[in-house]
Amino acid sequence: MKPFDYQRAHGLGEAHQLLVADRARPIAGGTNLLDLMKLEVETPSALVDLNRLPLGGIEPRGEGLHIGALVSNSACAADPRIRSQYPVLARAILAGATFQLRNKATTGGNLCQRTRCYYFYDLAQACNKRAPGTGCAAVGGFNRIHAILGASDACIATYPGDMAVALSALDAAVEILDAKGDKRHVPVRDFHRLPGDTPERDNVLEPGDVITGVVLPAPVGGTQLYRKVRDRASYAFALVSVAAVVHLEDGVIARARLAFGGLAHKPWHDPRVEQLLEGQAPSDALFDEAAILLLDQARGQGSNDFKIPLTRRTLKAVLREATGGTL
Amino acid sequence: MTRLYTMDKPDERNRLDAMAQGIIGRPLDRPDGSAKTSGVAPYAAEYVVPDCAEGVLVLSTISRGEVVEIESAPVLAMPGVLAVIADPRMITRSAQGGAGKSPVREIQKVDYYGQPVALVVAETFEQARDAATRLRIAYRADDPARVPLAQEDGHASHESYGEPVQRGNLDAAMRDAAHAVDVTYTTEGHASAAMEPHASIAEWDGNTLTAHSSLQMLKYNQKELADALGLKPEQVRLIAPYVGGGFGSKLGISAELAAAAVAAIELARPVQVVMSRQQVFQCVMRRSETRQRIRLAADAEGRLSGFGHEAWVSNLPGEKFAEPVTQASEFLYRGEHRTLRIDLARIHRMTAGSVRAPGEAVGMQCLEAAMDELAITSGIDPVALRLRNIPEEHPSQGLPYSSRRLAECLKVGADRFGWDGTDRRPCQRREGEWWIGTGMATACRVHNLNEAQAKVTLSSDGTAVVESDMTDIGTGTYAILGQIAGEMLGLPPEKVLVQLGDTRYPPGSGSGGSWGAASTGSAVFVACEAIREQLAEQLGIEETDLTLKDGEAIAGNRRIPFTQLLTADISETGHFKNGGIDEKFAIAMYGAFFVEVGVNAYTGETRVRRMTGAFGLGRALNEKTATSQCLGGMVWGIGSALTEELVFDPRDGHLVNHDLAEYHVPVNLDVPALEVVLVDERDAAGSPLQAKGVGELGICGAAGAIANAVHHACGVRVRSFPITPDKLLEDLPDA
Repeated sequence: MKPFDYQRAHGLGEAHQLLVADRARPIAGGTNLLDLMKLEVETPSALVDLNRLPLGGIEPRGEGLHIGALVSNSACAADPRIRSQYPVLARAILAGATFQLRNKATTGGNLCQRTRCYYFYDLAQACNKRAPGTGCAAVGGFNRIHAILGASDACIATYPGDMAVALSALDAAVEILDAKGDKRHVPVRDFHRLPGDTPERDNVLEPGDVITGVVLPAPVGGTQLYRKVRDRASYAFALVSVAAVVHLEDGVIARARLAFGGLAHKPWHDPRVEQLLEGQAPSDALFDEAAILLLDQARGQGSNDFKIPLTRRTLKAVLREATGGTL
Repeated sequence: MTRLYTMDKPDERNRLDAMAQGIIGRPLDRPDGSAKTSGVAPYAAEYVVPDCAEGVLVLSTISRGEVVEIESAPVLAMPGVLAVIADPRMITRSAQGGAGKSPVREIQKVDYYGQPVALVVAETFEQARDAATRLRIAYRADDPARVPLAQEDGHASHESYGEPVQRGNLDAAMRDAAHAVDVTYTTEGHASAAMEPHASIAEWDGNTLTAHSSLQMLKYNQKELADALGLKPEQVRLIAPYVGGGFGSKLGISAELAAAAVAAIELARPVQVVMSRQQVFQCVMRRSETRQRIRLAADAEGRLSGFGHEAWVSNLPGEKFAEPVTQASEFLYRGEHRTLRIDLARIHRMTAGSVRAPGEAVGMQCLEAAMDELAITSGIDPVALRLRNIPEEHPSQGLPYSSRRLAECLKVGADRFGWDGTDRRPCQRREGEWWIGTGMATACRVHNLNEAQAKVTLSSDGTAVVESDMTDIGTGTYAILGQIAGEMLGLPPEKVLVQLGDTRYPPGSGSGGSWGAASTGSAVFVACEAIREQLAEQLGIEETDLTLKDGEAIAGNRRIPFTQLLTADISETGHFKNGGIDEKFAIAMYGAFFVEVGVNAYTGETRVRRMTGAFGLGRALNEKTATSQCLGGMVWGIGSALTEELVFDPRDGHLVNHDLAEYHVPVNLDVPALEVVLVDERDAAGSPLQAKGVGELGICGAAGAIANAVHHACGVRVRSFPITPDKLLEDLPDA
C-alpha cells in the first residue's frame, strides 16, 4: 500500500480544511475505499476520518426526515419511520451487500460508492475513470455489468449501489456543506453524473465538500417496491434494479416515481416514463409502452445486450405488482 | 515395524464391523472443529516467525512472450524493499496433482496472462505490495494467445488425450434407434475458490528448507519443491496441519512456495509469501472449459444401444493433464456401440488442473442433462430410464462391478424427495411469478486409491497416537483416522491423538481424488492390525479371538487394561498399496440427485428450492463428516449449474472476474435446505475398511439435475452452463 496520512476531523471546519488538500479523501465506513486503496486503484495522499463528526441520527426535517451522513446502512434500514413511511428505501438498502458491510457502510459513503467495472479495478487495464486519458478497456471487452443508457465512448461503467436508486425514486436531496461553510441541497437525481468526457468524476462533489446528510421529502405513501435482479440470490450487484413508488386512485395511476439501477453511470430516472404512466389505467400495453420509452436510447455493448429485454420484463413485473395485477 | 498391505483382491473379512468399540461410522464431531471455529488452529500464514520478510509476487500482463527487462533499481530504492527476485528456481505454474517433480520454471518466458515473473521482498507486506505494484517490466509479446476453445472447430486442431473408446458403430445405432439424442453442451472454466489463499512461510538453515504452506499432498509436494530448488527431498520439510480448503488447487505446489523458498535462501532469513485473492485466481489453476457432444441411441423402451461422449478441453502447452470428462461415462450406462474420446487444445491460459472432481463434475452434469433429453424424447420417467440402463458388466472392458448401489440410490432418493416422473411436460406449475419444476440426475465418481503409510503407537498409558503426513483440508481426516484407530484398538476417540500434515511423519496418501480416507485410513487399519497381533501374542491367543474395548483387552475370561498389559509402547507403521484391484473390478461411488427449482418468469433468475441426494459410497466412516462432504458437493453443484464461470477477455487473455465478488460461488441464500441420505453399503473391493471415496461424489451430476429441473419448470433447455438469466431470457415464454 502507498503510504498516506491519516487525520481525524474533530469538527466540520477541520474536515473542510483537511479535505481541500491535494488528493485528500474522506473516509467513513471505508467499505469500498479501503479495498480500492489496497489495489492502488485509489491512492489518496491523506485520509480524513469523518467518523467523529456530529452527523449521526435520523431526525424530522419539515414534513420529512434528515438522515445523517454517518448513519449506517443497517441503522437506516431498521429505522421504524423509514420502514413504515419510506419502505422502498429500507428494501433497497437490505438488497445490497451483507450484514457486515451494511453495519459499517454509511449513508454518505454509500452515495460515493464507486463502480464495480472489472477494468476499473485492474491496474493493468485501460480505464478513463481510474486514469483519465488511457482509454476504456470495457468497450469491446467483457461488459456484462455495464451501462445501456447514458454511456459515453470514454466510459460505460455503471453506478453499482442500491440505496441511491431508492432515494432517486423518493426524490430525496443530498445535503452538502462546502469548504466556505455554505450549505446546498442537490437532488439525488442530479448528484451522480453521466460520464461524458470526464468519467473520473462520479458525482458533483467539489474539493472540500462534505456530505452532511440526506433529506427525505414528506412521506408520499403509495405502493413502494424495490426489485433487484442479479446472478445469485445475495451478495451480487444488480444486473437491473427498479425502485418504484406508485399511487393507484380509482383504477388510474395517479402518481408514479421510478428509478433504475444497473443501467447507467447514475441511478436512472426518466420523467417521460412517469408522465406516460400518470393518468392512465394500468395495462400490459401501457407497461410495454413505458418500457419502450424508457429504453428508446438504450444501447448494448455486447455482453450486456440482455439488459434491454431484462429491463423491459423487470419493469413489467414491477408495474404489475405495484398496480395490483397478477404476476 | 512396517506392515505392507497390497489391495489386489476384495477384503471380505469386514473387520471393522466385527470390532467392539462401536465408534466407527458414528457422527462424531471433528476433534479439530473447536480449534478451527475459535480461530486458534494456525493456517499457513498465521505462524509468527521472527524476522520474517514479506514477499509479493508480480504477475505478467501479457499472455505470451518473454520478459526483456525488469527495472529493479527504482523499486529497490523504495523504503524497506530488500530484493527483486526472478530466479530460475522459481516456478511459473502450479504442479499437477501427484507430479512429484517441479513444474515449468522458465521465469523469463511468458505462457499465460497472470504468470508469475518476479517476487518483490520487503520488510513489511505493505512495502512489498506497493513496490510490486510499481515494478516496471518490459516484455516482448508474441502473437496474441489462442482464441477461446468455444470458437474452435472439430478435432482437427486438437490432440487426442488418453485412449479413445471405439466399439461397434455408433452412427448406425443412432440411425436405427427408436429414440436418439445428439446434443452438444458446454461448460466454462472453474476456479477451486478455497477459502485459504495459497500461502507459504519458508525458512532456510543452510541445509534444510522448512516451510509452512497450504498443501494437499505433502509427500509429492516435498519432491516438487526439492526438484525446483535443486535440493534432495530430505532437505525439505513441509508443515501443513490445517488447510483451509484445497478443492484440487493445492494438490501440487504453487508459485508462492518456491518463490518464498528461493527468497529465504537468497536473503538468509525467513520469507512469507501470501497470494492475493486475485493472484490465486490468476496463476494457480483452473478447471478447463469443456465442449461435450453426447449421443444416445435407445430402443422403444429406452434401453441404450449406442452411447457417445466426446469432449474438447484445453490446457497450456507442455501440461500432461486434461480434464477427464468421460471418466464415468466409460462404465455408467449400457450401450454396445460406444464412442468416447477427449481432445485437448493447447491455449495460453493459466494451467488447467484438478478442480473439484475433475472429469465427472462437468462430465456427469452434461451427460445427465442429455439423459433427461432422452427421457423427454422417449416419454420415459427419467428414473426408470436410468434403472433400465444399469449394465451387467463394464461395457467396454467386461469387468465385473464391485458393490454398486445405484438402483437403491435412485429409488431411495426418489422416495425421500417425493419424485413424480409421470408427467415431464414443462410449464405445468406456476407459483406467482415463479415457474416451478423438478429434475433428477445420477451421481457417479470413480473410486481411487493411493499408496499411504501411517504410524500408530499404542502407549502403556492406554492412549494411542496416529502419525502421517496426510492432510485434513477441512474434510474430517482427523476425526475418521481417530475413529479407525479407536475402533481397531478398543479406545474411545478422546484417547487417540491424530497428528497430520508434517513430512516428518510417514508419507500418507495426501488429500485428493477422494482417496484420503480409504487410503490413509487403510494404512492406519493395517498398523492397528499389526498392533493387535502383538497384543494377541502376549496373551497367547489368535488375533481374531482378541476383543479390545474401552482400553482393555478381552481374551476368553480375562479382561486386562492396556495399562497393565503393556510394559512399553507398541509402534507399527501400516503401508497400504493398491495392488491392481481396480483392474479386476469397476469400482465407483454412486448416487442420485433430486431437485426442485423456481425460475422467475420475468427475469430468468433461477433459485434452487430443495434438493435431495442419496449416495452409496461404501462404509461411511463418520456419518456427520460424510454427510457434510456430500452437502458441500451439492452446493458446488448449484454453483456449477447457475453461477460459476471464469471469464477471459478474448483480446489479451486476462481473467476478467478474478475475485469472489465477480466469480460467483453460491452464497447462503442460494442454498436451500439440502437433504443427504447415505445408503448403507460395504464394498469389499473399495478398501479393507469397506469404504470408498466420499469428497467429490456430491458434485458429480448435481448441476445436471438442476438443469433438468430448469427445463421442467420453464421449458427452456440451456446447453451452456452456467444457466444465467440472460441465457434463459432468450427463450423464456413472454411474461
